[in-house]
Amino acid sequence: MTEAANTLVEIRHLAKGYTRGGQAVPVLENITLDIARGEFICLMGPSGSGKSTLLNLIAGIDKPDSGMLKVDGEDITRLSEGELADWRASNIGFIFQFYNLMPVLNAFENVELPLLLTNLSKAERRQRVELTLALVGLGDRMEHYPNELSGGQQQRVAIARAIVTDPTILVCDEPTGDLDKQSANDVLAILRQLNGEMGKTIIMVTHDAHAAEAARRLVHLDKGELIGAPAAD
Amino acid sequence: MYFIKLIFKNVFRAKLRSSLTIVGLVIAVLAFGLLQTVVDAWFAGANAASAARMVTRNAISLVFPMPVYYRDRIKAVPGVKAVSHSQWFGGIYIEPKNFFPQFAVDADNFFEMYPEFIFKPEELLAFKRDRQGAVVGRKLAEQYGWKVGDVVPIRGTIFPGNWQFTIRAIFDGKDETTVTRQFYFQWNYINEFLLKRFPRRADQIGVFTIEVTDPGRVADIARAIDAEFKNSLAETLTETEKSFQLGFVAQSEAIVVAIRVVSFVVIIIIMAVVANTMAMTARERLAEYATLKALGFSPGFVAALVFGEAMMLALIGAGIGILLTFPVAQGFAASPAGAAFATFNVSASTVWLQVASAVLVGVVAALIPAFRSANIRIVDGLRHVG
Ligand SMILES: Nc1ncnc2c1ncn2[C@@H]1O[C@H](COP(=O)(O)OP(=O)(O)OP(=O)(O)O)[C@@H](O)[C@H]1O
Ligand SMILES: [Mg+2]
Repeated sequence: MTEAANTLVEIRHLAKGYTRGGQAVPVLENITLDIARGEFICLMGPSGSGKSTLLNLIAGIDKPDSGMLKVDGEDITRLSEGELADWRASNIGFIFQFYNLMPVLNAFENVELPLLLTNLSKAERRQRVELTLALVGLGDRMEHYPNELSGGQQQRVAIARAIVTDPTILVCDEPTGDLDKQSANDVLAILRQLNGEMGKTIIMVTHDAHAAEAARRLVHLDKGELIGAPAAD
Repeated sequence: MYFIKLIFKNVFRAKLRSSLTIVGLVIAVLAFGLLQTVVDAWFAGANAASAARMVTRNAISLVFPMPVYYRDRIKAVPGVKAVSHSQWFGGIYIEPKNFFPQFAVDADNFFEMYPEFIFKPEELLAFKRDRQGAVVGRKLAEQYGWKVGDVVPIRGTIFPGNWQFTIRAIFDGKDETTVTRQFYFQWNYINEFLLKRFPRRADQIGVFTIEVTDPGRVADIARAIDAEFKNSLAETLTETEKSFQLGFVAQSEAIVVAIRVVSFVVIIIIMAVVANTMAMTARERLAEYATLKALGFSPGFVAALVFGEAMMLALIGAGIGILLTFPVAQGFAASPAGAAFATFNVSASTVWLQVASAVLVGVVAALIPAFRSANIRIVDGLRHVG
């Protein structure tokens, strides 16, 4: 019972393919995986193995062809586009390889962006944004635009944007893929802190073995199938 | 606020592209406004014409004269209150490019029929007393810096010789639609010359101007006048001053239509230019739009961003274009080419048409890019990065 209650993501027989040039190309076949609340899980595997595809399904920005995908007890494969958007806004924090910040907004405004979808007042938003930017060590860079920040700093702004809404899950697709070693370490340290001290559930895709060490659990994906990953532990 | 700021910053991200697009919009909106104003000005003269005045001319063509003795027979037609006459002179002041209309008129009563010309009574009297006197409109006087008492030499073309006229009166228009760029002098003066030198051309007149007692009966009176000269040497054609003027406009109807068509073509071209700008812009920002959607923003929000950007671009361009229309129109009105028009004012309806076409340009240009951006699949959009 406690095990089941502690399961945050429940994936059963999930399949996803793309059609390319009229041909169906299977990407994920029969994926079954459980992720517990508060886990820091790392998805590894060769390029093209479907890591990003799986992450996108969990994050609700793509839809599976078949199978079940429950997050916090809710089967998100049944949500409409609009419902899914609302669900993402309150449950998912995104961290991308190339940060995906809005270049015309400064650090403060970038972090504030997802809060515009909540009904927080301007003062409340300001307080939260300042707190969050301080948390990632950028309290003194709030007025800076992305092109005035290093890659590592931009990724920290992105992390702040991802956590400012206090989402259930952080999804990170190669968050250190574009960073030098030092910046990568800073980012990983923050992620570990978020997981360890604040209990955030983190799902990270990476190629980097060093980055993978930050995670508590490793799952390998190869040719659309999970290897050495028991359904639940 | 946040939203407007985002749009505003987006507009000026690709500075060169946005600037060029705005320059294009400015020129298009300016051109559109000026062309509309030309069309307006074309009709303004006819609209200002009095409905109570009629004009009788030779039925064959305006270039053929009528005997001046027709005047008394016209006067005798029931319903005719007064008759005066005028003759196109077509002389040259120093150089042919200094064009302004000159008329030889009956000094006795011609101006009494034109209450929209405002005279100083003593000046008008001085004109009537001087056989070589002239009357000029205010705008014409200002254009050449003429004052009362100045002598103006005019070389005749239809009426050969070097003529000298002394300005005795300068009249103002009752309102801005009144043309004040004409030059008038005494018909008696040239007729005396003709009697001496070319007697066969004397006592002929181009146009009779008629004032009627009842403007409601102009059609009947016109028919009665023309019937009077049926089967005579010079048959007449009588019509209201307004349709007489519109006849001039109708001659150039094809030009007016062409101007209208061109002004709308200009708008269609700029529509294509702005649509191209928006398509390029939206394509470059697919990853951003996908990110916004991933964060939970709706497709409608993304569409609004694209629409807002196109609209802001269009309105900035239109705003500058509209502001420029006024001084440019003024400059044109002051130029020799503008002298052909009584008024060359940018009307409120022209400004509204400019605004409406800018809005239309913005909407049409944003339509497809907005639809595409709003409906992009998030995973596809995100793949546009790197
Ligand atoms: N939108 C799409 N249309 C067609 N094919 C796609 C699409 N997205 C992914 N694929 C294909 O699906 C497969 C898995 O892609 P995915 O991005 O999940 O791989 P990955 O494991 O994240 O690879 P990498 O490590 O290079 O990021 C690849 O063969 C890819 O070409
Ligand atoms: Mg990937």
